[in-house]
Amino acid sequence: MEIIKVGLAGNPNVGKTTLFNNLTGMHHHVGNWPGKTVEKAEGHLDFKDYKLDIIDLPGNYALSAYSIEEIISRDFIVDESSDVIVNIVDATNLERNLYLTTQMMELGANLIIALNMNKFAKKKDYDINIKELSDLLGVPVVEIEAIDDTGKEKLLETIEKAANDPINSSKKLVYGNELKEHISELRGVIEKDENLMEASSSWTAIKLLENDKIITEKVKESPIFKEIFVELDKVEKHLKDVFNETPEEIIANYRYAFIEGLLKESVKKPVFEKPSFTEKLDKYVTNKILGIPIFLVIMWLVFQITFTVGAPFQELIDGGFTWLGEIISATLGETVLSSFIVDGLIGGVGGVLTFIPVIVLMFLMISILEDSGYLARAAFVMDKVMHKLVGLHGKSFIPMILGFGCGVPAIMATRTMEHERDRILTMLIVPFMSCTARLPVYALFVAAFFTSYQGEIVFSLYILGIIVAIIVAAILKKSLFKGITSPFVMELPSYKLPSLKGVLIHTWEKSLGFIRKAGTIILAAAIIVWILSSLPIGVDYGSQESVIGQIGTVASPIFEPLGFGDWQPSVALLFGIVAKEIVVGTFSSLFGVAEDGAGIATATEGGAGIATAVQGLFTPLTAYVFMVFVLLYVPCFAALGTIKQETNSWKWPLIMVAVTTVTAYIVSFIIYHGGLLLGFV
Amino acid sequence: MNEEKFQGTVKTLDELKNGEEGTIISYNNEGDANLKRHLLDMGFVKGSKIMLEKVAPLGDPLKLRLKGYSICFRKNEAKNIKVQILD
Repeated sequence: MEIIKVGLAGNPNVGKTTLFNNLTGMHHHVGNWPGKTVEKAEGHLDFKDYKLDIIDLPGNYALSAYSIEEIISRDFIVDESSDVIVNIVDATNLERNLYLTTQMMELGANLIIALNMNKFAKKKDYDINIKELSDLLGVPVVEIEAIDDTGKEKLLETIEKAANDPINSSKKLVYGNELKEHISELRGVIEKDENLMEASSSWTAIKLLENDKIITEKVKESPIFKEIFVELDKVEKHLKDVFNETPEEIIANYRYAFIEGLLKESVKKPVFEKPSFTEKLDKYVTNKILGIPIFLVIMWLVFQITFTVGAPFQELIDGGFTWLGEIISATLGETVLSSFIVDGLIGGVGGVLTFIPVIVLMFLMISILEDSGYLARAAFVMDKVMHKLVGLHGKSFIPMILGFGCGVPAIMATRTMEHERDRILTMLIVPFMSCTARLPVYALFVAAFFTSYQGEIVFSLYILGIIVAIIVAAILKKSLFKGITSPFVMELPSYKLPSLKGVLIHTWEKSLGFIRKAGTIILAAAIIVWILSSLPIGVDYGSQESVIGQIGTVASPIFEPLGFGDWQPSVALLFGIVAKEIVVGTFSSLFGVAEDGAGIATATEGGAGIATAVQGLFTPLTAYVFMVFVLLYVPCFAALGTIKQETNSWKWPLIMVAVTTVTAYIVSFIIYHGGLLLGFV
Repeated sequence: MNEEKFQGTVKTLDELKNGEEGTIISYNNEGDANLKRHLLDMGFVKGSKIMLEKVAPLGDPLKLRLKGYSICFRKNEAKNIKVQILD
């Protein structure tokens, strides 16, 4: 079977991923671009005698070197042996969408335009002459609807044809005689060096004029670079004289002029456009008075739905594990094996698995917010707050919100930010957002100590996390990240009804990723806890004589100034680094109460076992301080691993460990001693 | 550039009132160069019609409409862009 390699390119929010999902279904996998922190989705489908290899390129507005994503897309078109580039274009927003198209035409890519959202364009009374548009661009144009199968067959046929009969899409692109002349002068010099001919010389000339950092660096390596730069200088000066603008401005202007010209010929728009649904809705959603209340209500809804809908499912899973533990204990009797399974596996992992419903729901809510277009409005409304408080921008609010679900996807979500230092700073403060994995710890302690104020106590921890994040960000901004600015530019896309398929695929991928990551790490940790609790051979499970008890005993004086100097809390904290929920698992393992059910079951159902056990160790004040410490100290291995993966170095996860440990200790110390002074016990 | 093209009121983008519309006449180089590069790509070129749709509830950023879509960025950058007001 012959393989056709197809790259999907297009602006963000034009249905690129929807088309990708539609074409490849579940036959795709998500990885990273080599050496980059940007996600790469690749999938395939069979068409006639061909196997189409489809690569979802990052969503870009242009092919400048503005962001890593733009660089990846253009490298793909220049370097990789792709056969066809399918450019998804939003029919309701042709002007800006075609800007990217002109840049791919500059590269002479073997291009097909997939015109999407035609239904919306018709609703707006846009009359698009497809044939005319295609003729003027010199590129095939296919009408599709990415959400269903409209035009899918035609698109595949066109891909096949284009692969067998490639076109040079640069032919019909014209940027005016003045510019064309200068570009060809530059081309003449560039073409003298064959090594510079990987991409078309006219593209290289344009990029040099645009002062593109990467291409300029590349040309500097050429033996004839002096000659090229002398010519470049001459052209730049001349253009400046004629236009009184920078070459960048002139070229951008010409691209838009080219688009304007062809749209005049091929598209008829009504003189007065009806206000769209998006414009009407935005009147309220971004309203001066209503904007923030609407934002808060939506955030509140996200949490209510996630947690209240999640609860019965959690209890169901809980019950299942309790039942499983009982069956195993009854069948195997009191053996090492049954202890391993019940105490180690079920006690540790069972509690974690009960969080799957909450995590799935959280991702579901976030994908709906993201796909509907609301998340961008949230960033718009909250930008000032983020800018003033943490010196970041509205987009960093999205990872922060995700951080309340789980730090791992939240850290990954920092990819929506263009500037690496913004991303890293966001990653460093995201773990202070109280993630769902900390909830079992809170659940255990509030049930044991704060029965009448459960909600208030947990809420206070969430707020404390946010306040600490703001303070830490301010400190980091003045030290490690001194002098960085965070420009903020974001499109506010049209509201869309999220496609069920898209939301489900997204949720499925993210949840599976979490389960896989958390699952493996937590299982390993549970086994280590069990081994350390059972060694040396012959000791009572998890007693002070066990290895774990000895480690805890040695480490415990460190926590004496925080009010919890016993060995059990320090052991629990030690293992909490593996994953926060293991704090509970460890307590239940240490107190050997797994036969009451898995750790969470006991805590949430108010069962006597583990709650009574912690009441013996903590007072209400030290219990609160302990929760604060769990909230703020070292994030789990999964989060650290994600930071390592995202920043491609151990430097940032290590800084993370240092920052969080110091912060947790200081804040806990203040709260404990402040609490004592105020007369709390 | 011809002087007579500047007739009417000239304002910077951040000075626009809600719903006010204008045509971009210049974009100076005082801001971040990379950001300017990006905004040129996004359509902030000379001659583009632009409208201030909304100021965010807390006074910043600005929501602008041009070339059939909406975009937002901060006043700090908007002050580098000059527009001529349409009557």
